[in-house]
Amino acid sequence: MSDTDNKSIGYYLRTHIREYGMVVALVAILAFFQVLTDGIMLKPVNLTNLFLQNSYIIIMAVGMLLVIVGGHIDLSVGSVVGFVGALAAVMIVQWDLPTVFVVPVCLVAGAIIGAAQGYWVAYWRIPSFIVTLAGMLVFKGLTLALLGGASVGPFPPEFQAMSSGFVPDFFGGLIDGRFNVFSMTLGVALAALLPILGLRSRAKQAKFAAVDEPMAVFVIQHAVAGLAILFVTYLLSTYRGLPNILIIMAVLIAIFTFITNSTTLGRRIYALGGNEKAAKLSGINTKRLTFFTFANMGMLAALAGLVFAARLNTATPKAGLAFELDVIAAVFIGGASMSGGVGKVIGAVVGALIMGVMNNGMSIVGVGIDWQQVIKGLVLLAAVIFDVYNKNKA
Amino acid sequence: MDTILEMKNITKTFPGVKALDDVSLKVERGEIHALCGENGAGKSTLMKVLSGVYPHGTYEGDILYDGGVQTFKDIRDSENRGIIIIHQELALVPLLSIAENIFLGNEISENGIVNWPATFARTGELLTKVGLKENPATLVTNIGVGKQQLVEIAKALSKKVKLLILDEPTASLQENDSQKLLDLLLEFKAQGITSILISHKLNEINRVADRITVIRDGKAISTLDARAGQITEDDIVKDMVGRDMAHRYPERTPNISTEKLMEVRNWSATHPLHPERKVVDNVSIDVAAGEVVGIAGLMGAGRTELAMSIFGKSYGTDISGEVLIKGVTADVSTVQKAIASGLAYVTEDRKEMGLILDESITTNITLANLNGVAERGVLNDGAERSVAEEYREKINIRTPNVAQKVVNLSGGNQQKVVLSKWLFAAPEVLILDEPTRGIDVGAKYEIYTIINQLAAGGKGVIMISSEMPELLGMCDRIYVMNEGEIKGQLAAKDASQEAIMRMILKA
Repeated sequence: MSDTDNKSIGYYLRTHIREYGMVVALVAILAFFQVLTDGIMLKPVNLTNLFLQNSYIIIMAVGMLLVIVGGHIDLSVGSVVGFVGALAAVMIVQWDLPTVFVVPVCLVAGAIIGAAQGYWVAYWRIPSFIVTLAGMLVFKGLTLALLGGASVGPFPPEFQAMSSGFVPDFFGGLIDGRFNVFSMTLGVALAALLPILGLRSRAKQAKFAAVDEPMAVFVIQHAVAGLAILFVTYLLSTYRGLPNILIIMAVLIAIFTFITNSTTLGRRIYALGGNEKAAKLSGINTKRLTFFTFANMGMLAALAGLVFAARLNTATPKAGLAFELDVIAAVFIGGASMSGGVGKVIGAVVGALIMGVMNNGMSIVGVGIDWQQVIKGLVLLAAVIFDVYNKNKA
Repeated sequence: MDTILEMKNITKTFPGVKALDDVSLKVERGEIHALCGENGAGKSTLMKVLSGVYPHGTYEGDILYDGGVQTFKDIRDSENRGIIIIHQELALVPLLSIAENIFLGNEISENGIVNWPATFARTGELLTKVGLKENPATLVTNIGVGKQQLVEIAKALSKKVKLLILDEPTASLQENDSQKLLDLLLEFKAQGITSILISHKLNEINRVADRITVIRDGKAISTLDARAGQITEDDIVKDMVGRDMAHRYPERTPNISTEKLMEVRNWSATHPLHPERKVVDNVSIDVAAGEVVGIAGLMGAGRTELAMSIFGKSYGTDISGEVLIKGVTADVSTVQKAIASGLAYVTEDRKEMGLILDESITTNITLANLNGVAERGVLNDGAERSVAEEYREKINIRTPNVAQKVVNLSGGNQQKVVLSKWLFAAPEVLILDEPTRGIDVGAKYEIYTIINQLAAGGKGVIMISSEMPELLGMCDRIYVMNEGEIKGQLAAKDASQEAIMRMILKA
């Protein structure tokens, strides 16, 4: 293997096959359903729904990625979603507390729940599977207790806005109120910003050493991403604009991509999952890191709980049921490894989107819930087999 | 005498290393054939080829056994033909009984239902044969290593063994257990079982072996016939080492400071699971800037435990004692604090405890000093890459690219990555635990050169090694440790393998 060989596009794509494979798979599935549903799939209203329906899974997938990269698992997130939704409902609907107060309280409650579980995992070395299985039962029970077995709702509009609201059109009326110009502007800005940031980071890298990523790959990748962003925001703008929740998600994805790619914190989590003993002997506080990933997961599960309650406009005892499975599946479809140390935020997000698009598409086509489950299960298995196959081949 | 086994022109390559280079080996029926060679010479690899661990097709050459060319696909295949290998690391399941272990995968059963009375009765017979007085129902975890070794042999006997291969069977045994085991081998020989014995212990080889094949750097150097006349250990050593001792270690003019760089005073630690066992007992050692200090001892002497308990209390409980760096008491209670105090510890087992194998060279090198390539917690990719490139050049890590995953490197290059990681953390004192274990001779020389450069740069180096020639060749001063205690120390000019062994053995 020579130096020049390494810089070739083919080599780069081969070594990054998983990441690009995921995106190609997502696009292929989208196209497949676009045809099968006679164009309903990418109708603005359906696209909007797609984001609303999957927002809470994506939010949690981001947190779950850190937990799984750290070498653990969190089975309790579904129950925490239900519990926090119930907590919010009790505080807002029954006690009449203001939303601006309740939301941060619920997020803190989620972080404490995550921390409480992370404590046993990190400092007592109790397997996370067991601790969070216990948490799953506990919070399912507490949800029932809080709600007294009944649904509590409805929520005030400002609470609902979190999930079902849209970014208002500050440039309203420019085009007859039928096109959200402000949303489109945001999309254009983002599409422009990404290549600029990308170029800057390349320039920074080039100052010290050769850049790994071939220029052609960089250009194509950013062109495709930019066009996708423009396309999606255009479609959304012709409906009601960008959903608030999409903005929340985008910010979260950006933050966590940054943390995992560019901070010492992120690097240490990968090291912890890759080889805990080596990480520890390199002076990394592995216990505190594990604790952090669980606290973080708890907080994101709480956010998902709020979003879900706001979307249903009611807190029900069944909220969050089996969400943990969708979240964990999304992370593994996204390329994370069960043994830890491997996985990307964007992979988890794409994994969640693949699951979401399949749910949505199959529902439109009229596939029953029975066969939907079978197909989703097989897709999860196929994604992991693909991983293992690639690894063995290498 | 007919030939039971002939391995012809075996060549086996791993990525980056030619582990076996055209090796031929002939074993006669009923003899005890010893394989000698340094660590990494290729003895174990040769035996893995023979037993099918490396299946037919992954090596070049032929195996003639029992009259025909064999193409073993896996261990089962070779076991079916009566070749049984007992590995260095015992392959017993600790929480199963002796009987269950012996018949594991080979159960006495009918239609899948185990016949326990027959299993226990057979086990009893086998245990008598190997001279082990234990109840077949005893869990393996409850008997000592020496007895576990005997269980392994009993397991081999249960399979109608024709050719028994023992890979350093006495490495972790006490003297009297070793003797018993060797007697057992002689008894097997009387019964017509052929054995291949891999060992480092030349006195043992001299005692039992009929013929001795010496392997060096992946090549068979010579086969000596012990029956023809007395072979001296020197004869074997000469073939094992090949070149002069003088040229195996790079030249160095010590420039040792008169002041102590690090001092460890009255250090003690107990076993984490057995609080009554003192693993490190009142140890005091020191190292000066520019000095290379060795710690010699047998396996289980407490050397690794000493190092790890000093390095952030990573081993043991009830740790007491004092560490001074440049005369000032240092807080080494956590790994972070130990690193901050100027300590670095290169672990004995680089794959398990030193490296993140699935990560890049770059990631591994910066791991112990991430803040050195980050600003306020944000990593600087470029700076990180340039650090990695710098060490690749300086330490001579052979790789096309620092983005290469560490798992793809040879042992020597992996070890260089570990060393780079610790050099980048800029320590004052480096504790190197078996720094050349499992790497080939050329890479060893490079590691030695790095160690010498460190000392020349004013660092203190503490080197733990089980290879005495290495300590003798590298160190200015050697501590001898046994059973958790420092038994004494020798200056380089007074040290010899005999002097060290005498110190270990003296009560």
